[in-house]
Amino acid sequence: MAVNRMFRTCPTTGLKFHQPAEALMKWNAVAAVVSLLVGGILALGVTLTRWQAVHLLAPDWFYLFLTAHGLNMLVFWIIFFEIAVLYFAGSTLLGCRLATPKMAWAGFWLMVAGALLNNYAVIFRQDSSVMFTSYAPMGAHPTFYLGLILFAVGALIGCFVFLGTLAVGKAEKTYNGSIPLVTFGALTACIIAIFTIASGAIILIPTFLWSLGLIEHIDSLMYRTVFWAFGHSSQQINVSAHVAIWYAIAAIAFGAKPMSERVSRAAFLLYIFFLQLASAHHLLVDPGLTSNWKIFNTSYAMYLAVLASMVHGLTVPGAIEVAQREKGFNKGLFEWLRKAPWGNPVFSGMFISLMGFGFLGGISGVMMGTEQLNLIIHNTLYVPGHFHATVVVGTTLAFMSLTYFLIPVLFRRQMMFPLLAKWQPYLFGLGMSGFALFMMGAGTLGMPRRHWDVSFAGNLFPHEFPGTAWLMIALMGISGLVAIVGGIIYLLITVGSVFLGKKIETPDFKYVKAREGMAPAPQPVAATLTAHHGNIGMAGFVAPGTFVLAIVFLTSFVLYYFVNWKYLSTVWPLS
Amino acid sequence: MAEPTQNVNFEEVLEEPIPAMQQLLDNPFLLLFIGIATPAVLYIIWGVMEIVNIPVAK
Repeated sequence: MAVNRMFRTCPTTGLKFHQPAEALMKWNAVAAVVSLLVGGILALGVTLTRWQAVHLLAPDWFYLFLTAHGLNMLVFWIIFFEIAVLYFAGSTLLGCRLATPKMAWAGFWLMVAGALLNNYAVIFRQDSSVMFTSYAPMGAHPTFYLGLILFAVGALIGCFVFLGTLAVGKAEKTYNGSIPLVTFGALTACIIAIFTIASGAIILIPTFLWSLGLIEHIDSLMYRTVFWAFGHSSQQINVSAHVAIWYAIAAIAFGAKPMSERVSRAAFLLYIFFLQLASAHHLLVDPGLTSNWKIFNTSYAMYLAVLASMVHGLTVPGAIEVAQREKGFNKGLFEWLRKAPWGNPVFSGMFISLMGFGFLGGISGVMMGTEQLNLIIHNTLYVPGHFHATVVVGTTLAFMSLTYFLIPVLFRRQMMFPLLAKWQPYLFGLGMSGFALFMMGAGTLGMPRRHWDVSFAGNLFPHEFPGTAWLMIALMGISGLVAIVGGIIYLLITVGSVFLGKKIETPDFKYVKAREGMAPAPQPVAATLTAHHGNIGMAGFVAPGTFVLAIVFLTSFVLYYFVNWKYLSTVWPLS
Repeated sequence: MAEPTQNVNFEEVLEEPIPAMQQLLDNPFLLLFIGIATPAVLYIIWGVMEIVNIPVAK
């Protein structure tokens, strides 16, 4: 069978793109952005209904919008983009051909069919408003589950194509020694994805059969337990993928090298062992499961995954600081940060993503994962507040900033609206940070999630929320609109640039056939940093600014954690 | 009289053994096994065992 060995070399970055891998990355990225567009339109409806002063949609439409928004954002946008990242980290960064492109295409079309079928069930049939969690015995139309299953099978094929590509790279010796750190991060995401998809199959296939009437009963606790191995782990794929992107962007924007590859790889290994276990925090108030299971999976195991995130949160800005100080920005604690390219959306988006993920998503995640503290906020707006900080500020913004790098490098188009692009990460990142923060504030004051009318108007047992809670809701609505404007600008720039942007012409451009059995020989790249950091830093630290940021983070973390224990004692007075 | 020089492969002599941790990190399929087995045992199997052991109400 003929193997396509055609490669092109990016004249700007020197990256080598295998022809079929390049096409697959483009198509997956486009499918991701289309899902983001659909999810974004739905986000507007959800935000304007959550904002009690507007309360736009009727109940039926609200739940329909919420279901389709959740699935398009949490599953389709994210996973299409992640498959593109896997092919980039596998084929392009290793400089090797993609394994089995035909299988990769089959996987892609299965994902497209699955996404369409699921959206058909929710939006067009309008009988599957069961939300992202689709808790049995609340039933959806069979096409809802079938769509998810097809999408998952397609994504699984993509994961195995990535693993196959690693094997091809090793066999054809396109890299020496260990795979690059970014590829290792992508491998971590791929491993978590395979566990996630397998868990999805374990629960969604019987639920699909149940929706067809072939199985009589789905136990609700069993469903919830196995579902969260799929539902929450799918968000852990994001964490690994966006951390890999942080490292990639640090290298792209600054030529930064990780402060310690060993430590960073060990942190990814902690993700592989423990990150998925945090799924148990969704079940902390469920009867039937023992405290042993809950506390082991959330507190003990999850803290090791949190440790890994803190390592990445320290080493990525630390690597940037070292690179900046090497370039001469060595004055004081924060000259390296002040003189960073804040007008470059690739960097600004990544840095806001890192800060938002750590300070908002990370700290709130640990609080939620503590069995006792979880009682304060379980099933309140705090929960979507937390995951908008992790998945949207953390993952989506990291993906957006990578897109600005990929438009010229992968799509070979000039970026349109560069001034808007400069502002987009701030609008989206800060808007979404406010949205998450105010949502968490309202949740802390008891505002429920999922409910169409959080005021419980006309209820037999009415409940009066404090005025601050309503203020939080209004601020959440305003911040949400700012973020949506940021999202619209992103879509305008990406869709405009990819389809209407000026082509980047490269004289004598052509795909070059690699010799049989081997990818193009890697070109030597000039070292960006010396092994010894020379005379940089302060007081014996090569990255003192990052150290100070880490201390600020830890202080916030400890204070917030203990404030919540204090708050818990007032919620349940015992005397 | 000096002994004749032996034909030594210096690359082999100088090559340090690969540390066990690096061998683990360089083996994607072993990592895949760990990444699936650990949560499968600690989260799914342990959780499902607890649920199936809940006594049924009479």
